[in-house]
Amino acid sequence: MAFGPYFLLATLEGLVTAAVLALTALGLSLVFGVMRVVNVAHGEFYMLGAVLAWWLASLVSGHPAIGFLLALIVSPLLVAAVAFLAERLVLSRLKYEPEATIVATIGLLYIIQQLALTFYGPEARPVRAPFDMRIALPWFGYSAYKLSVIGMAVLLMLATWILLTRTKIGLLMRATQSDRETALAFGIPVGRVYAGVFALGAGLAAVAAVLIVPTQQAHYLMGLDPLLLSFIVVIIGGLGSLRGTLVAALLIGLSDGIISMFFSPTLAKMLATLLVALVLVFRPQGLFGTAMR
Amino acid sequence: MTRAGARNLLLHGAVLVLLFALNFVLPEYHRGILSRVMVLAVFAMGYNLAFGYTGLLSLGHAMFFAAGLYGAGLTIYHLGWSVWPAFGAGLLAGGVVAAAIGFLALRTTGVAFMIVTLMFAQVFYLGTLYFTTYTRGEEGLILPQASRKLELPGAELILTDPAVRYMTALTLFAAVLVGIFLLVRSSFGRALVAIRENEERMRMLGYDVFANKLLAMIVSGVICAAAGAAYAVLFGYVGSGFAAIQYSILPLLWVLLGGAATTLGPLIGTLFMFYVIDIASGLTRAHLLVVGIALILVVLYFPKGIAGTIRERWLRWLQ
Repeated sequence: MAFGPYFLLATLEGLVTAAVLALTALGLSLVFGVMRVVNVAHGEFYMLGAVLAWWLASLVSGHPAIGFLLALIVSPLLVAAVAFLAERLVLSRLKYEPEATIVATIGLLYIIQQLALTFYGPEARPVRAPFDMRIALPWFGYSAYKLSVIGMAVLLMLATWILLTRTKIGLLMRATQSDRETALAFGIPVGRVYAGVFALGAGLAAVAAVLIVPTQQAHYLMGLDPLLLSFIVVIIGGLGSLRGTLVAALLIGLSDGIISMFFSPTLAKMLATLLVALVLVFRPQGLFGTAMR
Repeated sequence: MTRAGARNLLLHGAVLVLLFALNFVLPEYHRGILSRVMVLAVFAMGYNLAFGYTGLLSLGHAMFFAAGLYGAGLTIYHLGWSVWPAFGAGLLAGGVVAAAIGFLALRTTGVAFMIVTLMFAQVFYLGTLYFTTYTRGEEGLILPQASRKLELPGAELILTDPAVRYMTALTLFAAVLVGIFLLVRSSFGRALVAIRENEERMRMLGYDVFANKLLAMIVSGVICAAAGAAYAVLFGYVGSGFAAIQYSILPLLWVLLGGAATTLGPLIGTLFMFYVIDIASGLTRAHLLVVGIALILVVLYFPKGIAGTIRERWLRWLQ
């Protein structure tokens, strides 16, 4: 294969990565933006989404699309419910004190991971894609499902954007984000808004995982990479900036796809992580947004 | 010396005497655990200096421990160094890494500091995987038995012998405990606590906050590296697992549980957690579940830790 088609393939793969990453990072960014909580368990919500998707899809027989649709709808709801409970039972009692919440979400990370290992097991298992079609390009065939992932991710992000900017719920969230005290004084139930945001963030991670699980397999350790990549995206994009998150996800997803085609993936990850750490040291406001303090 | 000082001195002396005596009464299995606990408690004490006293919540201390581990392990394995210079190489590696990381990461504060240290540690971990020709990655290196001998004037200690191993671990533990005991009573130690409590005021008073924090990071890094280097020569195994995120979280858990900013807290926390996991692993293989639940319970109901609560409720003089 010549360089051109090879590059096209890398770009397509990068776009799929970017789409899923944007959804995941959006969840992390929302939680940090509104609640000022760094959710270290975010990657585990992603993993939980994928594992539940496998479980739900295995419950129904018949056409794979039925199982996939069921997973797409139910799995994020279940994960959001888990996150809601965790927020009410743990985070709210810690009064969102940054250090305590980080320690608590680390605890949550271990708990979810171990429960997944106990009940799901150490195997990696796929979910069947809802349709099995290849689009024939002149040089290679490409999975139509992967292209549809990009489309679905864009739709979901649009929906989130509408929720945030065009609905009452979104208004409450934005009011809480910009000034917690005043929001409270105006009778906004800040506690419930926080719980909702935490659940929404986790749900976004879960939905991203359900989209990707037909092409990558579900595994109990799959949460670490999306967590680190989401951190990277959120930091580069600037915290709480939706547009920044999107641009950064595209940037990271594409370069990840392209770099890992040509270099050792470990080296690529090393360099990317180092670069982002340095960005955070020398430009804590990220490339677009506001500082993370 | 004040009465509180005398009491503290007595208590710490008594703990060391007790640990010494335990060597002769403990059954083999528990003596092995305690040797390991003492080495890891040194790691926790190093972490406590940064987190407990200076208020720097680092999520990357595994890289200092691993720097010591690899500094000692690689020089023994590949260059055939003997234990003393290899231990020195471990300390040096830890000090250099801590100085470099401290210099960069201390430009940030709060949440950004945690994430930056986490990321640098992740780079270090990936590095140990990438240079797998030398480190053998996750599989790790087993240090040859013959190389694990400590030369002293007129004697040679075989570190693979359980009793010698226990005493060597205790010697290191005692040295670091005494060092920390003196350090936190010194003007430098008091300055660190003051920085934790009110950084701005210290700056106004004319203290160089950055230099003090950097020095705290370096001392903390060297102590953690000492634990890592000792772990390599005492237990003979060097692997990537010790550089993974989990080993940044564990000292945090031990210190939180035992009591941050207390000199004996790290030992108490490490010992307690070791036995909780030991007992739990008889019931379930999911020992990380125990770690997770312990983390959440501690931050929810026990934020001052064991020694911290004892100090608050009963023994106000406890250091």
